[in-house]
Amino acid sequence: MPELPSQVSLESESFGSLAVSGAGAQAVAARLPASGILSKKKGLGVTFWVCAAWVALMILLALLASVLPIKAPNYQDYSAVNVGPSAHHLLGTDDLGRDLLSRVIFGSRVSLVIGFVPIIVGLIVGGALGLLAGYRAGPVDTVLNAVSFVLIAFPALLAVMVIEAFWRPLVLWKLTLMFAFVSAPLLFRVIRATTLSFASREFVVAARATGAKTSRILFRELLPNIVPAAVSFALIGVALLIVLEGSLAFLGLSIGLPTSSLGNIINDGVNSNNLQLNPYIALWPSLYIFLLLTALNLMADRLRSYFDLREVTL
Amino acid sequence: MLRFVANRLVQLVVICFLISIFAFLLVHLLPGDPAKTILGPNDTPANHAILLKQLGLNKGLVSQYVTWITNIFHGNLGASFLTKETVTSSLSEAVPIDLELVIVSQVLALIVAIPMALVAALRPNRAFDKIATTSTFGMLSLPTFVAGPLLVLLFAVTLKWVPATGFNRLSQGLGPNLKSVILPSVALAIGSVTVYYRLLRADLIATLQEDFVTMARSKGLSTRYILVRHVMRPSSFSLLAGAGISIGTLFTGAFVVEILFQLPGIGYQLVNGIYANDYLVVQGMALVAAVAFVVVNFAVDFLLTILDPRVRRA
Repeated sequence: MPELPSQVSLESESFGSLAVSGAGAQAVAARLPASGILSKKKGLGVTFWVCAAWVALMILLALLASVLPIKAPNYQDYSAVNVGPSAHHLLGTDDLGRDLLSRVIFGSRVSLVIGFVPIIVGLIVGGALGLLAGYRAGPVDTVLNAVSFVLIAFPALLAVMVIEAFWRPLVLWKLTLMFAFVSAPLLFRVIRATTLSFASREFVVAARATGAKTSRILFRELLPNIVPAAVSFALIGVALLIVLEGSLAFLGLSIGLPTSSLGNIINDGVNSNNLQLNPYIALWPSLYIFLLLTALNLMADRLRSYFDLREVTL
Repeated sequence: MLRFVANRLVQLVVICFLISIFAFLLVHLLPGDPAKTILGPNDTPANHAILLKQLGLNKGLVSQYVTWITNIFHGNLGASFLTKETVTSSLSEAVPIDLELVIVSQVLALIVAIPMALVAALRPNRAFDKIATTSTFGMLSLPTFVAGPLLVLLFAVTLKWVPATGFNRLSQGLGPNLKSVILPSVALAIGSVTVYYRLLRADLIATLQEDFVTMARSKGLSTRYILVRHVMRPSSFSLLAGAGISIGTLFTGAFVVEILFQLPGIGYQLVNGIYANDYLVVQGMALVAAVAFVVVNFAVDFLLTILDPRVRRA
């Protein structure tokens, strides 16, 4: 008999808190245990490692972009405008004769930085606070909880758009900072909830009874149990932020030109008849994002079923 | 029950209040001076002082907030400094568009997701379930700025079934109106289908294992009757919660679709306000969108307590 997915918590608290704007609802779906089949102790499976390898390859390409034998992303070759994929231009060129392979790889740098860095910052800040708040209930917990609730209640895409409207020029560190600010309260809630579910378990009580220091309980007893949930949610968070940045870039509200980013390449590909003339411009970055998000979502899903993560009330 | 609702209402008011402060501070505490942006090249000290006085920006923060919020309660959200159109009248044009988008896209999503989930949950892990689950995973990785251009490419550019952009109001006839909203609605529905399918499927599988279903089966009731009368209601709570989040997010998250398809909804106006540095428009629209988001979630919350008495005791 397959193990049943646990009922989604219906505590009203979870509604507002789930609300990452834009892609927030996706997180709800993704948070559900997959098919309920738990083929435990069999390793993470081929799919997981293929996905992980794909993500790693993309990160490597982005890191090595400037030493790879590809053309400069903004080099315009007017003898090759709007050409299809060929040996010279593996993915073709755009309406200004720029090499699309190079533009996608350089463009992915923005997406990857914006996807991973704020989540890592958020994990450190939100995670530390969440661990503390979950273990030490009381006024600190109440205050942090309320603050995170208000921060999450305000739709993230909206907040970022409004802030950047008045905080120009927009550069990478500002976006990264804003996105860290968006992701920290979410990660805080996940880690706090997970900590809460462990804080009164026997092994923690036993550790306290033997006179363990708080720091030992936090880092040696609680932390290892929280890592799977945190990593799984962090992967979804990375996917969410990449979507968020892509949406902003598509609207022309992310890093400004001439830096290419996947969203603004897609925007390029949609504007001024480009979709009719050369669908490749929009196609390649779309495909890149699709594959990257699929890999991240599958990894998160696999981790969740592997560690048998129950529904967490955010 | 009454006490529960009253409690929630107080929460709602507090959150709305905090959101209004947040929206206000977003614009006021940030580096960058609205008067300077508005004046542009005409920014002489004399002009600057006059404009600051006109905008009320020369007073203290608290009194500015009080003026702003009092005006809002009188239905006055200010006016665009560019077009001189009041924010309220822009809103009255924008909101119907958003409502239509939300309704059409969510109905589409539910029409697809509910039957899919029912069939999949009846025979979990069989062929249909696997195909459906895999394809929703793919849809999870298709953000609107990727799905939108692909839809335009397929249905507007290649097949020429519907116009690529533009909006026909309902007063111009139902046919043209639907033609102009169908593609954007599909683009928005893609994300929701995944959410609804996964939430409902997981809940259905759990409910189908309950004793009362076995009981109904042994009474000889037909599968269809059991599904409709016994299983759907207890399985619909997460779906409803998910719908609340989805709908709330759409009010603020339809930016990309509205810009891509040139539909003058809230998102479109907000983004254009940002492009133009029109700070009262940005502030007003952001406030309305964020409050709509919270109110929708509150309404769903309320609906849930009626459907599922257990929530009240939680």
